[in-house]
Amino acid sequence: MADTAMLRKPSDVTDDVLLNLYTEMVRLRVFDRRCVRLQRAGRIGTYPPLEGQEACQVASTLALRRQDFVVPTYRDYGAMMVHGVPMEHILMYWNGRAEGCEIPDDVNVFPIAVPIATQLPHAAGLAWAAKLRGIDQVALGFFGDGASSEGDFHEALNFAGVFQIPVIFFCENNQYAISVPFRRQTATQTIAEKAAAYGVRGVRVNGQDALEVYRAVRSAVEQAAAGGGPTLIEALTYRYGAHTTSDDPSKYRDPSEADAWRERDPIVQLRQSLVSWGLWDDEAETELLERLESEVTAAVARMEALGPPNPDHLFDCVYAELSPHLERQRRALRAELKDWEGTDQ
Amino acid sequence: MAQMTMVQAVNNALDVELGRDKSVLVFGEDVGQNGGVFRATDGLQAKYGKDRVFDTPLAESGIIGLANGLAMQGFRPVAEIQFFGFVFEAMDEIAGQAARMRFRTNGRYTCPLVVRSPFGGGNKTPEMHADSLEGLFVQTPGLRVVIPSNPYDAKGLLISAIRDNDPVIFLEHMKLYRSLRAEVPEEAYTVPLDKANVVREGRDLTVIAYGAMVHTALKAAEELAKQRGVQAEVIDLRSVNPIDIETIVTSVKKTHRAVVVQEAQRSAGAAAEIIAQINEHAIYHLEGPVLRVTPPDTVYPFAQIEDEWIPDSAQVLRGFDKVLSL
Ligand SMILES: Cc1ncc(C[n+]2csc(CCOP(=O)(O)OP(=O)(O)O)c2C)c(N)n1
Repeated sequence: MADTAMLRKPSDVTDDVLLNLYTEMVRLRVFDRRCVRLQRAGRIGTYPPLEGQEACQVASTLALRRQDFVVPTYRDYGAMMVHGVPMEHILMYWNGRAEGCEIPDDVNVFPIAVPIATQLPHAAGLAWAAKLRGIDQVALGFFGDGASSEGDFHEALNFAGVFQIPVIFFCENNQYAISVPFRRQTATQTIAEKAAAYGVRGVRVNGQDALEVYRAVRSAVEQAAAGGGPTLIEALTYRYGAHTTSDDPSKYRDPSEADAWRERDPIVQLRQSLVSWGLWDDEAETELLERLESEVTAAVARMEALGPPNPDHLFDCVYAELSPHLERQRRALRAELKDWEGTDQ
Repeated sequence: MAQMTMVQAVNNALDVELGRDKSVLVFGEDVGQNGGVFRATDGLQAKYGKDRVFDTPLAESGIIGLANGLAMQGFRPVAEIQFFGFVFEAMDEIAGQAARMRFRTNGRYTCPLVVRSPFGGGNKTPEMHADSLEGLFVQTPGLRVVIPSNPYDAKGLLISAIRDNDPVIFLEHMKLYRSLRAEVPEEAYTVPLDKANVVREGRDLTVIAYGAMVHTALKAAEELAKQRGVQAEVIDLRSVNPIDIETIVTSVKKTHRAVVVQEAQRSAGAAAEIIAQINEHAIYHLEGPVLRVTPPDTVYPFAQIEDEWIPDSAQVLRGFDKVLSL
């Protein structure tokens, strides 16, 4: 099956968007592969690869407007970068640095959700805030197929349906929650059909087709912005690699499965289309890869140039103001760490 | 006897109990086919079948709620919370339901389940995987909270936990999973759930610890003996709810000084409770205040600074010196 069997160039998407979809997907892949190598070399910590899911993350985020919110999980650092989070922050995050959590003030991205599905009620809250304030702002919450089993998923959908708020729930259904396959996660055929139970629109798209994802999210944003309420979008996709760098997928799935998905690779397919429309060629490809490799190299260098972590940060953002009790504890820890080798105290 | 790591000892305990008692069930996220993200349940599904060792959908409240229902019907569920940082999702089913079912039904229904979960810091895990949250459950009447410090205890305590008639939170420190090996009998044996273990004898100072901190405390105690000829008695608590205050008091009557070493944040946790009980039972035997060596009351930090945040043996040793100087 050719997912992007588009013989004719689409008329509803500009060349700029087409090229952006492509270059951002390649950017994520270059970044992702480097991160896996960095983890193996001990230069960053445990890392959850996203390879295979580039179309989901890039096309959904590019269909948002700058004012809209991205509400990510641990695997959606790709979407975060597309929406404006600096690459080195993502690297620092996976290298266990507090600096990696910094999100620039003008970038509407929420913090990475680690406990599954907890971000979805937040997305509903963001959307409710926009509605209460009368501002045109949509929140898009990412989640995995596994997350659809958590109560938070159902509560968030129900709230969104009841309040009719501008929120999009975007499921990257990569068929596995660590080792548990989709058919053991739910007895429904799709995630999309669950939306009906909450009075929410549900659609299912091919998550390997950047244009299909882009169009689905663009239309959901338009509807939400026009007061048309929430949408659940399920994008069918696959993670080629391990759940995280500490996982061994050979324990639970046949490698031929990934091979079959690679044949429908979102990047390869879009490249073929771009070439056939005269928008891309080998020279552009070489140039892009060189540019991206050096972008990643520079970001890695910035991550590695960080000095040792400052123990004062442990206390900085626990409360609005430090209590005398914590101030004493900070002084005590400073004294403890004075003769600590390897700190700059 | 075989040499086992702690994670192997856990696996072996589950194996022995699944084999002995048909009512024992093992389930949770990724525990079946995958054998657990730490391999704690490796091979058990193949051996005991998918009805007794199974993967659940991704829902902690559902997992513990299901375990409660099964337990009330006479099963002995051993449910896994993949990382204890995610126990908040199951808080009502544990603290609101399992813990008080016996009380609310005048003993008609009980929830003899075991909640197994990896926890603890020092492994450079991603955010929210490493917290020591036992304090939340030390506060919950109706629960037992057990924390082994070595492979032998892990197996014997887990078997006791499965056979116990009350809900048990069984916390397995990730740092201990593979860092030590010990002789562990292949057959079933039990270690009592509410008996602390004196792991080093001494007459000058009582040190109370549990989990990974037992090893940090032991290291500091050796250093103390070397530097000052002072002998610390180190007590491995094994259970933080209930606390075996008799063993602690017996030791304090001999040493007259005590210190608690805890990986969890400072306030209102197991250490606070231990110190309160020492005050209640042995204050006239003390020659100075009981102190605690703990991290500060701040959020569990990012991986790169966790080693500075968690007390190490040098910091624990300074804590000993301070207790001895007061
Ligand atoms: C509340 C909670 N429970 C368990 C985990 C451990 N865990 C991390 S990722 C994961 C699987 C998630 O699967 P899915 O939602 O499909 O997303 P994917 O990882 O496939 O992107 C699990 C069980 C967690 N992070 N949070």
